[in-house]
Amino acid sequence: MTTDASTRVDPDRRTLLSGILFGCGIAASLIDLFVFHLALQWHHFYDLSSTAVAITADGFFHAVAWFITVAGLFLLADVRRRVEVHWARWVAAVVTGVGAFQLFDGVVDHKLLGIHQIRYGVDLLPYDLVWIGSSAVVLAVGLVLLRRTRRRRDAR
Amino acid sequence: MSHEHGAAVGPGLVELLVAAGVLAAAVGYLRAVRSTRERAAWPVRRTLSWLAGLGCVAAALVGPLAAAAHASFTAHAAAHVLLGMLGPLMLVLGAPVTLALRALPLERARLLSRVLRSPVVRVVGHPVVAGALNAGGLWLLYRSDLFALMHEHPPVHAAVHAHVFLAGYLFTAALVGVDPQPHRASLRVRSVVLVAFIALHSILAKQLYAFPPTGVGSIDGQVGAQVMYYAGDVVDVTLIVLLLAGWYRSTRPRLAFPVTAGTHLRPEP
Repeated sequence: MTTDASTRVDPDRRTLLSGILFGCGIAASLIDLFVFHLALQWHHFYDLSSTAVAITADGFFHAVAWFITVAGLFLLADVRRRVEVHWARWVAAVVTGVGAFQLFDGVVDHKLLGIHQIRYGVDLLPYDLVWIGSSAVVLAVGLVLLRRTRRRRDAR
Repeated sequence: MSHEHGAAVGPGLVELLVAAGVLAAAVGYLRAVRSTRERAAWPVRRTLSWLAGLGCVAAALVGPLAAAAHASFTAHAAAHVLLGMLGPLMLVLGAPVTLALRALPLERARLLSRVLRSPVVRVVGHPVVAGALNAGGLWLLYRSDLFALMHEHPPVHAAVHAHVFLAGYLFTAALVGVDPQPHRASLRVRSVVLVAFIALHSILAKQLYAFPPTGVGSIDGQVGAQVMYYAGDVVDVTLIVLLLAGWYRSTRPRLAFPVTAGTHLRPEP
């Protein structure tokens, strides 16, 4: 972001980057905070059972998540002041980002690192299957949307 | 500050000094704004920001919250967010150095400018150093005996608070300062430092949640840790926004059609 000369920016790549960063960011920061911590209260901000490695990793995920959420929006604003935003393509990138992060969260954070689980005091298998399955679906939908928005744009 | 062990210093002496300092900072700033008003307008938001910052610092060090912080870790955490994060942020946005350079007589303004260019200021004002002072100070305070020591010895208490405030100010100024900085670090360095700081801050909050400092009850420790985590997050996200807003302003496209060859522009209407 620092090195690009302001005159040499590819708006399409920047739209994609913005959407993917914002999608990953909101999945990691806002969706997790509002849906699972505050609304459902399935998992808490810290379950007291994580290892030091897991807490450390989580701390960095947390920081990066907020940073890329905000960075994604500033990139979008940057595209917007250069050209008209191709909104369908941006939304496709956001959906891809959300799906990709949820999949990563479900596999790496929950299962491999064990930072936290989805819910406590229940049989986790169905939760894990639904989480990982639904994120794979969201990711696939995002990728299809990305393909379709690209085709439409090239057809013009 | 005033608690049962502080009798030797005299009740309220430090509070009086803090109150006097805050008052002087407010009066000095307002007088500087007034004396330079004819030459150039000074944005009202900067004045408001400066006064709000002083309010945060005062609330953290003097009055009911400061008094409660001696017994309650939750109040202590809230006071520290005000003293080390929100207060410094508001003060930095008040651009006190810019105002001082305008208001001071030429000789003294030159002296101030020389001080700002000095190697010492350059080193402690670097984001990595300021970030290490800030985060390092917090880890030392909560993960060593310093926290207990602080509540027994008023001078230690005063030194810890001075450090929290000064490190918070240096850190904020290094990242999102609006005052002139002869050696401002690149956006990339500032971004990495900010992300690292947010991570360390949230990791420390979780550690405090699990293992409160000596002498702090477990409920008090857990609530205080969450104050640190969530209130810290609000300030941290504001810092991210300000940092990237600087990037946004500095990369404003200068050409009418800032597009590379082969780029698809939006469809013709």
